[in-house]
Amino acid sequence: MSDFVNEFWNFYVVVIVLGSIIACALLLYVQSKGAATPGKTMGHVWDETLEEYNNPLPLWWSWLFYITVVFALVYLALYPGLGTYKGMLGWCSHADPGCVNSEYQREVDKANAAVQPLFDKYQKMDLKAVAADKQAMEMGKRMFLTYCMQCHGADAKGSKGFPNLTDKDWLYGGEPEKIIESIAMGRNGNMPPYGGNPDAIGGETGAHEVANYVRSLSGLSHDAVLAAKGKEKYMAVCIACHGPEGKGMEALGAPNLTDRVWLYGSSEATIVETVTKGRQNKMPAWKEFLGDGKVHVLAAYVYSLSQDAKQ
Amino acid sequence: MIKHEQIEQNVGLLIVLTLLVVSVGGLLEIVPLFFQKSTTTPVAGLAPYDAVRLAGRDVYLREGCYNCHSQMIRPFRAETERYGHYSVAGEYVYDHPFQWGSKRTGPDLHRVGGRYSDEWQRAHLRDPRSVVPESNMPAFAWLEKTPASEGAGANIEGKMRALSKVGVPYTEADFAGAKKALEGKSEEDVLVAYLQGLGTALKTTR
Repeated sequence: MSDFVNEFWNFYVVVIVLGSIIACALLLYVQSKGAATPGKTMGHVWDETLEEYNNPLPLWWSWLFYITVVFALVYLALYPGLGTYKGMLGWCSHADPGCVNSEYQREVDKANAAVQPLFDKYQKMDLKAVAADKQAMEMGKRMFLTYCMQCHGADAKGSKGFPNLTDKDWLYGGEPEKIIESIAMGRNGNMPPYGGNPDAIGGETGAHEVANYVRSLSGLSHDAVLAAKGKEKYMAVCIACHGPEGKGMEALGAPNLTDRVWLYGSSEATIVETVTKGRQNKMPAWKEFLGDGKVHVLAAYVYSLSQDAKQ
Repeated sequence: MIKHEQIEQNVGLLIVLTLLVVSVGGLLEIVPLFFQKSTTTPVAGLAPYDAVRLAGRDVYLREGCYNCHSQMIRPFRAETERYGHYSVAGEYVYDHPFQWGSKRTGPDLHRVGGRYSDEWQRAHLRDPRSVVPESNMPAFAWLEKTPASEGAGANIEGKMRALSKVGVPYTEADFAGAKKALEGKSEEDVLVAYLQGLGTALKTTR
């Protein structure tokens, strides 16, 4: 882009470019006219016997040089390069204001012309039908490996803090429209430290009791006395999001505590950490970046992942 | 007209003429960039790095992140599909020096801001393979244990003053609050803050 702050820089570029091209041509012309003295040495002797001839430039070499000079001039006439002159072919960079039909735009348009009809077709189809479409799932898999695998893993099985998408256990719901919503709008998971009420939990000691109760909910080994104390505290605080039976609440993304699926881990120490420090996590929103068409196919792919899961 | 022999036998003249010829490229390719609006005007919404992000940027430099990560999305569909809007010159106006990099062992980071959660960035810095088993990125586990004010953020005020000398519009209030802004923050905190701000000045990410 040649949006110089003032006209001087236009002339600056033009003068140096043309000047150096003309200088090259001139030098070549002068050197190939008469300066040579074939067969005679220049008269210097180095290192006892090393002498220098002054033969004419090889013709093939001179012509190559002339061709480069002509090429430079033709190029500068056709393409932008000479200051603010735009060139006869009208080539422009995508970032230039008012540039239409840039190389980048043509590349994008060509690809869109090929894939947009597919996305439009899938967009009109029910998500479950898309999930059964082989081609759509090929597309979905590639997009998943580009945009999603960093957190959810190439195998979609997640890792600590990042949900496994293959296990039929859903924090925010596994219905097609819920999956679309999760991808398009993102999710904000927020468990406050001590459920927002450290006094009612009773500090670190209380957190241990609650952790034992939580482990008892999913049938893990626990200290029954501590769990009994923890239950009271659970019923006072944790119940608000995780429910009286510990089944969680999809609207808030509060996990079900009675199953064997643990986002951060099920050891007592980990649960104590979860209770005392809280957990914050975030799924970014993809609607703006990907657009509805891609979100739809991705959602179908994610839906398909949990359909063949055994569990 | 200067003769071949005169140049050849006069080293001083040879040096002057050689420098003249060699400088043509730089005079044309580099000098005009300092006088172009698109390279010297910040894009709308671009703010200078605050103390926290600037310290994070210094961690990024110190650890050599630029050796494997570029910050330059080229205008090719393959790149804009993956990373977002191609980079424009006005986004780097406050970068001294810019972190374009020249090699992608890891992905481009120019629009990594907001792409992952803070939690992901932390887990990934401490142990990249805990979230991406295929990753060959080194772990930077010590960053969370180093206070930013003793590490990359030491003399943050001096750095900001130096940057203001090359045109970054910091105010006296920025200098005064710089040290305080780093209080209680680890190098990991400031690096994550830097990463989460990358490439977010352009509002249209596509």
